[in-house]
Amino acid sequence: MKTTPGWDANLAAEIIGRHKDTEGPLLPILHSLQHAFGYIPEPAEPMVAEALNISRAEVHGVVTFYHDYRHAPAGRHVLKLCQAEACQACGSDALAARAEEKLGVKLGETSADGRVTLEPVYCLGLCSVSPSAMIDGRIVGRLDANKLDALLAETSR
Amino acid sequence: MSAIRIYVPGDAAAVACGADDIAKTIRDLAAQRRIDVQIVRNGSRGMHWLEPMLEVTTPEGRIAYGPVEAGDVESVFDAMLGNGQALGGEHKLRVGKPEDHPFMKKQTRLTFARCGIVDPRSLEDYCAHGGYRGLNKALAKPANIVNEVTQSGLRGRGGAGFPTGIKWKTVADTKADQKYIVCNADEGDSGTFADRMIMEGDPFVLIEGMTIAGIAVGATKGYIYIRSEYPHAIDVMNDAISAARRGGVLGAKVCGSDYVFDLEVRVGAGAYVCGEETALLDSLEGKRGQVRAKPPLPAHKGLFGKPTVINNVLSLATVPIIMDKGAEFYKNFGMGRSRGTMPIQLAGNLNYGGLFETAFGITLGELVDDIGGGCFTGRPVKAVQVGGPLGAYFPRALFDTPFDYEAFAAKDGLIGHGGIVVFDDSVDMAKQARFAMEFCAIESCGKCTPCRIGSTRGVETVDRIMKGIERTKNLEVLTDLCNTMKFGSLCALGGFTPYPVMSALTHFPEDFGGAPRLEAAE
Ligand SMILES: Cc1cc2nc3c(=O)[nH]c(=O)nc-3n(C[C@H](O)[C@H](O)[C@H](O)COP(=O)(O)O)c2cc1C
Ligand code: SF4
Ligand code: FES
Repeated sequence: MKTTPGWDANLAAEIIGRHKDTEGPLLPILHSLQHAFGYIPEPAEPMVAEALNISRAEVHGVVTFYHDYRHAPAGRHVLKLCQAEACQACGSDALAARAEEKLGVKLGETSADGRVTLEPVYCLGLCSVSPSAMIDGRIVGRLDANKLDALLAETSR
Repeated sequence: MSAIRIYVPGDAAAVACGADDIAKTIRDLAAQRRIDVQIVRNGSRGMHWLEPMLEVTTPEGRIAYGPVEAGDVESVFDAMLGNGQALGGEHKLRVGKPEDHPFMKKQTRLTFARCGIVDPRSLEDYCAHGGYRGLNKALAKPANIVNEVTQSGLRGRGGAGFPTGIKWKTVADTKADQKYIVCNADEGDSGTFADRMIMEGDPFVLIEGMTIAGIAVGATKGYIYIRSEYPHAIDVMNDAISAARRGGVLGAKVCGSDYVFDLEVRVGAGAYVCGEETALLDSLEGKRGQVRAKPPLPAHKGLFGKPTVINNVLSLATVPIIMDKGAEFYKNFGMGRSRGTMPIQLAGNLNYGGLFETAFGITLGELVDDIGGGCFTGRPVKAVQVGGPLGAYFPRALFDTPFDYEAFAAKDGLIGHGGIVVFDDSVDMAKQARFAMEFCAIESCGKCTPCRIGSTRGVETVDRIMKGIERTKNLEVLTDLCNTMKFGSLCALGGFTPYPVMSALTHFPEDFGGAPRLEAAE
C-alpha cells in the first residue's frame, strides 16, 4: 500500500481553491501542493481533476511529466549536484562520485534512514562559478571536495 | 550626512559564493562602528571570478573589491570606509572602478547597460538611469514600434535567431479579442545565465520591453515563464512587477496612457523541453510540456489558442534601448545579418568567466583566450561547446570563427543563447558525446521516436565504442542514428543533439578510437 504522509484533504482543497480561477491553474496548484506536503499526494490528484474539470489521467500525466514533482516525500535534506556541461568541465563527475560514496546512495536516491536525497540537476545558471550545488534550496558555487564535505556534514544534522 | 552606499550583489552567482553572509557581516560591522551605511543588493557586473565583488560609492565614483571571502570582510570594510568616510582605500582585493577594468572596457553594454549598477528593486533608480525612455518614445508613435524593431535587425536571442520584428508584425496583423506576450525565461542551456542575470540585476528592463511588445501588437497580458531552478530571479521579478504596478508603469493605465498591460510570473517544473516555445505554451496552459506541430504558429494560435508573441528574455530586454536610441543606432553594431550586440556567457574551465556583451563578429578564440584567459586549471583548452547542450564542440582549429549566426552555422554549429563552455585537455570527448545523448533521453518530451528511442540507442552505442566493441560498425551506427534524429525529429532537442555528438566525433576522433577500455566498464 502506498502511504500518504502528512495528507490533509482540507488543506489540499484550500490550495486548489486558491488557484482554481487563474488562467492555466494546474502547475501553480501542483507547485503549491508540493510546497505544502513536500510531494504530490496521490489523493490530491482526483480532487484537482474534479476542480479543473479534467480527467484524473490528465492530472497524473502532468504530475509524472515534470522532473520537479515528487511522488513520495524527499529525505529531510535534499542535495542537488549540477551535472551539466559547465560543471562537468570543472570536475562535477568526481564530486558526484564522492557524494555517492560518502552517503551510500546513488544520484536520484534517498538514504534508507530518510536523512538525505541526492539528486542531479542540469544547470543552476551558476556556470561561471561552477561546479555548483543546491542544498535545501540554498545555492553553492565553486564547489570542491572540502566544500562538498561540509555540505555532506550538514545533511547528517 | 547621508548614508554611505555599499553594494553587495544579490545575483545568484555572488550569493552562491557567500554574498548573503557578507551583507549581514557588513550590516553588523556598520552597527558596531556606528557608521551610517546603506547596503544595496545590486545585480552582478558580470566579472564572476571577482564575485562576491563589493563596491562603495566615493566622491570619485564607485570603487570595487573582490573576490571577497568571509575572512576578508572586515579588512575590506575598513579599507572602504576609513574613519567613517567613503574612502575606497587600498586593499589587496581592491579592483578600482569597475567600469575601468579591461574586461568591462572591451564590452559594448546595450542590453546590460544598467546591470550591476542599479538597485534592481528600485523603479526610481531604473528611471534615473534611462529607464522608460524607450517606452515613452514608443507611446509617442505606437504604430511605429514594429517597424523600428524590424529595422534594428534584432533577432531572437533564445537560440533560433528569428527576426523579432517580423514575429511581432504577424501578431499585430492577427485580429483577436485577446493576445498575449510570453517571455521565455526557461534558460535551460548549460553555460548560460544571461537571462538570470538581467532578471536579478535589471528586472524593469524586461518589464519595459514586454510592455512595449504589448502596445505594439495589442496584447494586454504577459507571462514570464521562469524555470524553478532560479528562485532568486523569481523573487526579484515578482518584486519588480509589484513596484511597476505601484508606480503606474504597469496595469490599467500604462504610464498614464490608455494602454492596459499587466504581467504575471509563472514557474516551470524542471523540464528542459519546456524552453521550446510550443512546449512552454502547453506548460503554461497546465499540460504536459510537449512540443506542438507547426503550423499553426504561436503568432496565430498561441497561448490558449490566442495570438501570442513568445520571445526570449534578452530579445525583450533589448527592445527598450532600441526604442530609446533608434533602430539605426542598434543596427550599426554587428556583422552580416547578425546585428547589434550579444550578451555572451563565458563558463566552465576559464580564468575569467562571466558576462561579456559585445557586437557580433568577435572571434571564438578572442573570447576564450584573450577575454576568458584560458583554463583556470592551467592546462590547454581542448574543446569549447557553444550554444548549450544542443551546440557543437569546437576545437582550437576553428577558433577563428566569428561570433555570428551564419558563421557558426557554416561550421556545423550554432551560437544558440550565447553560452560558451570551455574544457581543458583532460576532457574525454566520447564521454561528452555520450552525455549529449543521455541528456536528450532524459529530457525528450516523448513525441517522436528518433528522439525518444534514438537517444537511448545513442547512449548504448557510444558505450560500445568506448569499450572498443566493434568500433567501426558502431561508429557507423552512431552516425546513422544522428542522421535519423536530425531529419526525423519535430523539434531541436532531437534534431540538434547530433551537433555535439557529431562535432565530438569529427573533431576529436582520437577519443573514439583509443585502446579497448573494457576495464573501464561499470
Ligand atoms: C529543446 C529546446 C529548448 C529551448 N530552450 C529555450 C530556452 O530555455 N529559452 C529560450 O528563450 N528559448 C529556448 N528555445 C527556443 C524557443 O523554442 C524559441 O525559439 C524562442 O523562445 C523564441 O524567442 P526568441 O525569438 O526571442 O529567441 C528552446 C528550443 C528548444 C528546441
Ligand atoms: S524531438 Fe524530442 S523533444 Fe522534440 S518534439 Fe520530438 S520527442 Fe519531443
Ligand atoms: S552547468 Fe552547472 S550551473 Fe550551469
